[in-house]
Amino acid sequence: MKTTKSLKARGEQLSDTMVQLRVLNGKEIMEEQFPLFADKLKNIQLFPLQPTGIDIFQVNVGKMCNQVCAHCHVDAGPDRKEIMTKASLERCLEILSKTDIKTVDITGGAPEMNPHFRWFVEECSKLGKKIIDRCNLTIILANPKYHDLPEFFAKHQVEVVSSLPYYSEKRTDSQRGEGVFEKSIKALQMLNAVGYGQEGTGLTLNLVYNPSGAFLPPGQSSLEADFKRQLKRKYEIEFNSLFAITNLPISRFLDYLIQSGNYEVYMEKLVNAFNPVAAQNVMCRNTISVSWDGYLYDCDFNQMLELKVASPKVQHIDDFDIEALNKRSIVLNQHCYGCTAGAGSSCGGETV
Amino acid sequence: MNTYYNPEDLKKFGKIGELGANELAQKFFAYYGEVFKEGALSEREKSLIALAVAHAVQCPYCIDAYAVDSLEKGADEDMIAEAIHVSVAIRGGASLVHGVQAMNKVKDITM
Repeated sequence: MKTTKSLKARGEQLSDTMVQLRVLNGKEIMEEQFPLFADKLKNIQLFPLQPTGIDIFQVNVGKMCNQVCAHCHVDAGPDRKEIMTKASLERCLEILSKTDIKTVDITGGAPEMNPHFRWFVEECSKLGKKIIDRCNLTIILANPKYHDLPEFFAKHQVEVVSSLPYYSEKRTDSQRGEGVFEKSIKALQMLNAVGYGQEGTGLTLNLVYNPSGAFLPPGQSSLEADFKRQLKRKYEIEFNSLFAITNLPISRFLDYLIQSGNYEVYMEKLVNAFNPVAAQNVMCRNTISVSWDGYLYDCDFNQMLELKVASPKVQHIDDFDIEALNKRSIVLNQHCYGCTAGAGSSCGGETV
Repeated sequence: MNTYYNPEDLKKFGKIGELGANELAQKFFAYYGEVFKEGALSEREKSLIALAVAHAVQCPYCIDAYAVDSLEKGADEDMIAEAIHVSVAIRGGASLVHGVQAMNKVKDITM
C-alpha cells in the first residue's frame, strides 16, 4: 500500500537526520561502509571542495505538498506545516536586490502552497531575476485557486521545471501516487496552451526524469528524445528539455532502499560510478540553498540532512555575506555520491 | 548454502582472466564493450536484445545484469516484458517448426 504520510508524521526513525547520516556511514541500521566521499575528492585534488561563486539562489519556501512521492528527499506532504514567512521572503528579496545573483530557484514541497508565493514571484520579477519554479504539476489542478497558475507563470516569464518520471501512467503513479500521471498530463496541456514549451514564446517548460527505483538514470539526450516523441504522439504535449536526475540516498528514498533490501547494491553502484568530471561540476559549487526558516546550505540535499554551510558566522539569511560564503568549504557526506555518479546529477540534470 | 549460481560471482566476471588465457579474456571484454556501444542500434535496443537472449540461454547472471541495464537505458516494464516474450516466441517457435519435420515423417510412412 502506498503511504499517504511523511516519515515524520509516521514517527519513523529515519525522519531523524542524524539517523540518516549514521546509516550512510554504516553506524546504524546498515553496517556496510563505503569509501569516504571526501577521500574520493582528495584523490582527484578537489578537496576541500569550494564554490565557484553563487549563481543560483535556491529557496525552499516550505515542506507542505499536495503529493507524498515515494522517493521525496524533502519528506514533504500535506502533513508538513513548515512554511517560509513573509519576513524571511522579504529578507531573501533584500539579498537578491543587493547582489548580482542571476537566478532564483523556488522549490518546496509544492512552493505554490506558500501563501506568499505569488507576491514573492512578482517581487523577484521586478528585480529582473531569472525565476525557476519547481512545480509538481498536480498542484495546478488541486484547487480552483491554482487553476490560473500557467497564466501567472507566463506573465512573469517563470521557467517551470516539473517532475514526470516517465511517459507512462504505471511508472509515474508508482513513484508519485495514484492519479498523478493523468493530472500531470492535463497540467502540461494547460501550460502548453498558454505557450509553455512552444517555439518562439520564450516560455520554458523543462521536465525532470528520476528513476522509479534503485537504478541509475539513462542518458539524458536519448531519453529526452523518447519523452518528446511519446508525449507529442500520445498527448500533443511539447516541452523544452528533460533533466535526468539521480535519486540521492536520503530521506524517503533512503527508507525505500533499506525497506526493499537495495541499499548496499545502490550505494555500491553510486560509488563505482564516481566520475571525476561530474565531481568538478557539482551544483553546490554555484548554488546556495535557503531553508523555510532562513538557514543556508550548500544544496537542497544538505538542507534536508540539516548540514548547514561551514561558514560559522554566516549560516542564516539574516547574516548573509556573499564574500564569506564564497570562501567556505562545501560540506560533504556519503550522499554526495549521488551527484557524481555516471554523467552526474544536479537540479538541472546531467553535469558532464 | 552452496549453489552453482551465486549472485556475488557476477562481480568476479571481469577477473575471469585470472583463471588463465588472460589475453583472450581481455580481447573478449574489449569486444564486449564495443558491441554494446551505440551504433546502428541504440544502447537500449542492444540491452533489450541482450535481455531476450539471456532468457533464451537461461543465464541468471545475464538476466539480473540486463534487467537492471534495460531500466538504466530507459526501458520500462512493458518493453522488458515484450523483449522476454520475443525470446519465448522464438524458443517456442523453434520447437513448433520442428513439428514440420515430424509431420513430414508421419506423412511419409502413413497411408
